[in-house]
This record gives sequence, structure tokens and C-alpha cells, in this order.
Amino acid sequence: MSGWRGGWRGLIVPAVLLLLGEAAFRVFGYVGDTLAPPSAIFRGFAEAIGDGTMVATTLQTFATVLGGTVLGAVFGVVVGCALGFWNLLYRFAYITIECLRPIPSVALLPLSLMIFGFGYKMEIAIVGFATAWPFLILTYSAISQVEPRLLEVAKVFGFGPFQTAWKLVLPAAAPRLMTALRLCIGIALVVAVTTEIVSNPQGLGHELMIAQETLRPHRMLAYLVLVGVIGWGLNNLLLALQSWMFRHRGEIDTEVAA
Amino acid sequence: MKRGFTFPGLAFLQGLVGLAVFVGVWHLIAVSGAVPRAFLPSPEATWNAFVRGVTVGDMREQLLGTVLRMINGWLLASLVGIALGAAIGISQTLRNYLRPTLAFARALPASAVVPVAIALVGLTPGMVLGVIVFGSIWPTLLATVQGFAMVDPRLVEVSRALHLSRFGFIWKIGLPNAVPDIITGMRLSLTVALILAIVGEMLAGQEGLGKAILLAARMFRAPDLYAGIVLLGLVGLVSSYGLLLVERRVARWRR
Repeated sequence: MSGWRGGWRGLIVPAVLLLLGEAAFRVFGYVGDTLAPPSAIFRGFAEAIGDGTMVATTLQTFATVLGGTVLGAVFGVVVGCALGFWNLLYRFAYITIECLRPIPSVALLPLSLMIFGFGYKMEIAIVGFATAWPFLILTYSAISQVEPRLLEVAKVFGFGPFQTAWKLVLPAAAPRLMTALRLCIGIALVVAVTTEIVSNPQGLGHELMIAQETLRPHRMLAYLVLVGVIGWGLNNLLLALQSWMFRHRGEIDTEVAA
Repeated sequence: MKRGFTFPGLAFLQGLVGLAVFVGVWHLIAVSGAVPRAFLPSPEATWNAFVRGVTVGDMREQLLGTVLRMINGWLLASLVGIALGAAIGISQTLRNYLRPTLAFARALPASAVVPVAIALVGLTPGMVLGVIVFGSIWPTLLATVQGFAMVDPRLVEVSRALHLSRFGFIWKIGLPNAVPDIITGMRLSLTVALILAIVGEMLAGQEGLGKAILLAARMFRAPDLYAGIVLLGLVGLVSSYGLLLVERRVARWRR
């Protein structure tokens, strides 16, 4: 994010939008079942926290995001390492990977639903599929760009592939893996909420859908705001963590991608 | 992340062999019965379902429906995104005021606005298009802002010396400078547009591949389901690879 010296100015636009929203409802006295003024949205928050559903559904979505990201990370890092170490394997696998990677994750939703039924498993499988690719590709590219002299050092020390991976390559690839983690947490949240909205009856996405279907717009908008705050907060948290972890290394790859 | 196919003969052949091995393993697992046939049909069954769908079934119409929905939403999002992005990008003041709001909107999972859109508009094609536009606008918009904000200060001075109007600056200096960023953003936007097109079809029952695979899964017609997934994968592959080619051409032309 280049050249943002905004400070407090950034808060003006959201504040004005909130006030305008509130004023519009007060002036026109609009009572409908599609939208709600900000004050009602605050009430929606209080309501959903009060009856315990907000905390419970947030935890459900978090569990899926975490489980799916771990699944994707394990698969992506392991396969990425294998492809990085054995170039021949990479050459045989790259077309297959390039064919599988663009499959939109939601296209797997009916399949996953058919195999696992409703619940955590089907959602974690889809999130795992979606997050595996960034991990795989960033791991592979990190390994293939490791200083060749380091690998020679490993040879001189007589390291096996496992030791080389653990002692040399992973530390060298760590900044990029952290970038992958940040991107993937964002992707995981999007995929989880999408799965919940389309079919899986749990978590924040389902709660959003229920609030809409039961004509409680204040509650629906409260959940929408919550989902946005979570997405935004997770990204900033991981950005902060990233720059803190690699503060001694200087240049960090904070490229906006995904 | 900017890797794609390269075509140095041997490596490409090896890649194809790898793909053949993948399909072969898929075949072996399917015929061995290790995985129930209802969950994993053989590659042949999938191919037959695909051929049947394209020749006598309505797979062509469904494909067209999904692709048109995706492209319409994406083009609209690109136009609005580039225009807004240019307006925000050339002004440091606007950027200061809007950046946190934009960062928030970008972090919001686009499918989360689907319930709101349903409440506002109902289950209509317009709702689906609106959601696609809203969801896929952010990568292009933010990339455009970035591209315009990163114009070399010397070029800004040049434009002042030439007394270029604001519009002239956008058209003659800002836009050419931002094109690579914009295309990268548009490539990401297209991926989002495809996903939202599928989600929209599944939720609003619009005719397309998204709805087709959902129905195939409900009726346990695994070969049709797999054919649909493969086709959607192809749509994703062709669209992102096409834009990657454009991106590379632009990068070369700039040097």
C-alpha cells in the first residue's frame, strides 16, 4: 500500500456513510424487510451476541478456515517441496497442476457435498483444495530460488533431502510461506463463507442466509459487517505478524495478489 | 505466481506424459472399485457424459450461459473499476480519504453480499450480474489506483510543463503507465467473476453449468457432475491463460 498518509481522514468516509444511512431512515421513515439503519444494525449485533449464535457461528467458520488452511498447507508444502527438489518430477507434473489449479473451488461444492454430506468435512475439503495451490506454488518458487551455493554447502555436509529441507530451504522460504499463509487465510474465509451461503448449514454464511430468509435485515447486515471486519482484521493481523517476524530481513514481499 | 506454460518441446512432452499418467491412475482407481463409482466415475464415463452433454444435452447452452454471465459481469466491473480507479489514483487527497474504505470492501467476501442482494432485488439475473460486478471490481479497481499512484514524478512534472489537462494526463500518461497493473488486476477479477457466476447460478437457479452440476450431484449422476467440473476447469484455464498471454505481451511491449 503505497503512499497512504491518511491517518484520521480514512475514517471520515465510513462515518459519513453511516450518518447518511441513519438520516435517510429517520427522514423517510422507511421500514422495510430489506434494509436497516445503522442503529438497527447495532441492535442486530447485540441481539446475535446476546443469544449466543454470533459467537458460535463465528467459531464454526474459524474452525473450518483453520482446518482447511492446515490441510491445504500440508498438501501444498509437501508437494511443493517434492517438485522443488526433483526437477524431473516437476517437469512431468506441471501440466497436470496447471490443469487442476484453475478449477473454481465452488465447482467442487456439489461433489464434496455428495461425498461428505453436510458438516465440517465437506467444507474443509473445499477450503483445502482452494488453499493448496498458493502454498504449492509459493513453496516451489521459494525452493527453486534458493541460493545454489547453499545447496552445495548442504552437499558438502552430506545432508539428505530431508535435512536440507529442514535446515536450509524452509528458513530461506519462510517469508514466502508467510505470504502464502496470509493470502490463503483470506481465500479460506471467502471459500468457507461461500460454501455456507450456498449449502452448508453452519457458520457465518448460513447465519447470513437465515437472517435474510427470516426477513431480519438488521441481523443480516450485522453479520455482513462482521464478516467484513473478520476478513479485514485477519489480513491486517497477518501483515503485522509478517513484518514483525521478518523485521531483520528488510524487504518483505507484500505484493497484493490472489 | 506469474508462471504458465512454456513450450520447449521435451518439457512439454514430459508434461503431457505426466497428464496421461494422471488420467491413467484415475482410471485404475475408478475401475478397481476402491472408491465407490457414485463418487468417482472413470475418465471414459466422464468423457462419454461430456460428449453426450455437448451433442444431445444442453451442456453447450449451459456453458454459454456461464461464460456470458462471467464475461458481462467482468467487463462491466473492469470499466467501472478502471474509471473509478483512475479518478482515485490521480488524487492523493481522494486516496487518503478512501483507502481504508476500499481495503475493507476488498476484504469482504463477495459472496457475503448475495443475501443482501437477494433481499434487495430478488432471485433475478440482474441480481447475479450485480453481485458479479460488485465482487470482481476490487482487484481491477485497486490495481488501477496503484498504477496511477505510481506514475514517475518526473512524468508528472513533464505533464505540468506541457500544461496537460487532468483528462489529458489520465489519457496520455496515467493510463499507459497503469496498463500492466490493470491487466494483472483484470486477470484476478476474471477468476472472481467465474466463481460468482457459478455461485449465482447455484443460488438463483439461473441456467448454467453451476446449476447443472448441482442438479447432477443431487441425482447422483457422477459422470455428468465430473464433466461439468472439468468444463468449468477449462473455462478457468482458458480465461486466465489468455489474460496471462496479454499480460506478457504488454510487459514485452513496454520494454
